[in-house]
Amino acid sequence: MSAALELQPIARRRLSLPLLGLLSGILVLACLLLALLGPVLAPHPPGQIVSPTVFAAPSRVFPLGTDYLGRDMLSRLLVGARYTVGTALPAALLASLLGTGLGMLAAVRGGLTDAVISRAMDTLISFPSLIFSLVIVAALGSSLAVLVGTAAVIYMPGCYRIIRAVAVDIETKDFVRAARARGERTSDIMRHEILPNIVTPVVTDFGLRFMFIVLLVSNLSFLGLGLQPPLSDWGGLVRENLSGLSVGAPAVILPAVAIAVLTVSVTLLVDNLPGRKAAMRER
Amino acid sequence: MAEAAGPVLRAPAGRSLSAMVLRRVGMSLLLLLAVSVVVFAGTEFLPGDVAQMVLGQGATPEALAGLREALHLNEPAVLRYLHWLGGLLTGQPGVSLVNGMPVAALIGDRLPNSLLLAGLTALVTVPLALFAGITAAVWRGTLYDRGLTVGTIAAVSVPEFLFATVAVLVFAVRLHWLPALADDVDTDSLRSLARSFALPVLTLALAIFAQMARMTRAALVSTLNSSYIEMAILKGVRPVRLVLRHALPNAIGPIVNAVALSLSFLLGGVVIVETVFDYPGLAKLMVDAVSTRDMPLIQACAMIFCAAYLLLVLLADIAAILSNPRLRHR
Repeated sequence: MSAALELQPIARRRLSLPLLGLLSGILVLACLLLALLGPVLAPHPPGQIVSPTVFAAPSRVFPLGTDYLGRDMLSRLLVGARYTVGTALPAALLASLLGTGLGMLAAVRGGLTDAVISRAMDTLISFPSLIFSLVIVAALGSSLAVLVGTAAVIYMPGCYRIIRAVAVDIETKDFVRAARARGERTSDIMRHEILPNIVTPVVTDFGLRFMFIVLLVSNLSFLGLGLQPPLSDWGGLVRENLSGLSVGAPAVILPAVAIAVLTVSVTLLVDNLPGRKAAMRER
Repeated sequence: MAEAAGPVLRAPAGRSLSAMVLRRVGMSLLLLLAVSVVVFAGTEFLPGDVAQMVLGQGATPEALAGLREALHLNEPAVLRYLHWLGGLLTGQPGVSLVNGMPVAALIGDRLPNSLLLAGLTALVTVPLALFAGITAAVWRGTLYDRGLTVGTIAAVSVPEFLFATVAVLVFAVRLHWLPALADDVDTDSLRSLARSFALPVLTLALAIFAQMARMTRAALVSTLNSSYIEMAILKGVRPVRLVLRHALPNAIGPIVNAVALSLSFLLGGVVIVETVFDYPGLAKLMVDAVSTRDMPLIQACAMIFCAAYLLLVLLADIAAILSNPRLRHR
């Protein structure tokens, strides 16, 4: 035990992980490709009842069996990728874009601008994400646009805080002060002086936002409060087959596993990106 | 819910400890007030006439007018907000739009169940997660630590309903050890309590455990890396004593911070778990209210969840303030 207490540099531990990063990167890419090509690859029409047997066991015709109505599970999974990724990706992009933009603005402008934006973000971050979405869905329904907007608003403050913190640090550097002295406008300082120096935190943070949003969207669909059929994302597939857990477990577990594969590999990929330490610490 | 909520603490500039804590408490109350504005604004988005929605198409104009009067629908939004806030604070958050029951009574029935579920989960998780986090920090760099780190990172990103469905599949469907639902809260004997709570608590605990163990490990590792620990090692302090007497007392603050923040993850997990197991708790009440668009009920539930969340984050921040050695000896 005494040997274990010796102080070990963290760098040594990191060296053993690139394989994990590579593997998760490949899985993330595969999920994105599925979202793009899913309908082309699907062997059966996903919305059509193709088998008289509900919850049929996997066979040559239906490689992953059938669902609670006798639809092909593989086809529904392949097409479901599109709805899960298609909701989460724009939402994450929006959250990242708004959070990064406002974070840089607050850092460069400071003063009242910073105070107003920061307090607004403090309020938004005081909601548990699922609770906030429930209130919004109750009021506005759960169309694709509402879901994307809600998820973006929920996960924007986290991005804002990280980017603001990093940007405030850079804002004190000499080259920014020089740019100020040259009389450059705020937008130019943000674009040319700050942005090129915060690419790494922006990218790693985007990965984490995407992961959180996939989970949020899936949870909402699982509760029956996300995308409504016939738009069945992976969370929705779990929900619609849930009653058949005792007879057709694969139809319930497979979509849930698909979500986990996507979210876990995004997390592990982000965790293994170079320069991720700072972003992870701030969360 | 993965963000740490609450305002970012400013560097303390010549403030006393109690002043900082008080300032932080005041900030939480302000945030709760801001949250209530956002939650109330939800009703403003509702399309159509609420009175019409409640009474249906066949309602007489007199009945509609009467209900509008009762719900204060004729007043401006600001007045209605103040009225609603006053109702919340005095324990009368209005009447359900769906079944006409007082919201307070509906919540009163369910809240104890949710607290019981959350309490049992915390009781199971906190000791296990602390043990895992502390041992991983002590044996950091070993295979055990690496496995735990990768495992917890992965577990944090797994949706709770995967844990829940797999647990039901294994323990209820295949093995027939436990009931698949926890719709009947049976607290008569310890045995029946354990049977009905085993699966919901297991599912919730898995999600919280990963978060808590990871944050505990991080808190202790930063203490173990400090130079006074190195000094103690060089002095020849025995490892067990080193951890228990030298490192842990100084890591208590960050660890309490980690525990409180991790417990705030319960608030999301409980929504999923109560739904899966049909557990009669507050979160299930809220989810059902969302599908019937019962706004007064949704708003009251949302306020309770947000208040609980802010309270946990407040506790975490206070632990961080109190454990800051630069403030302790002022």
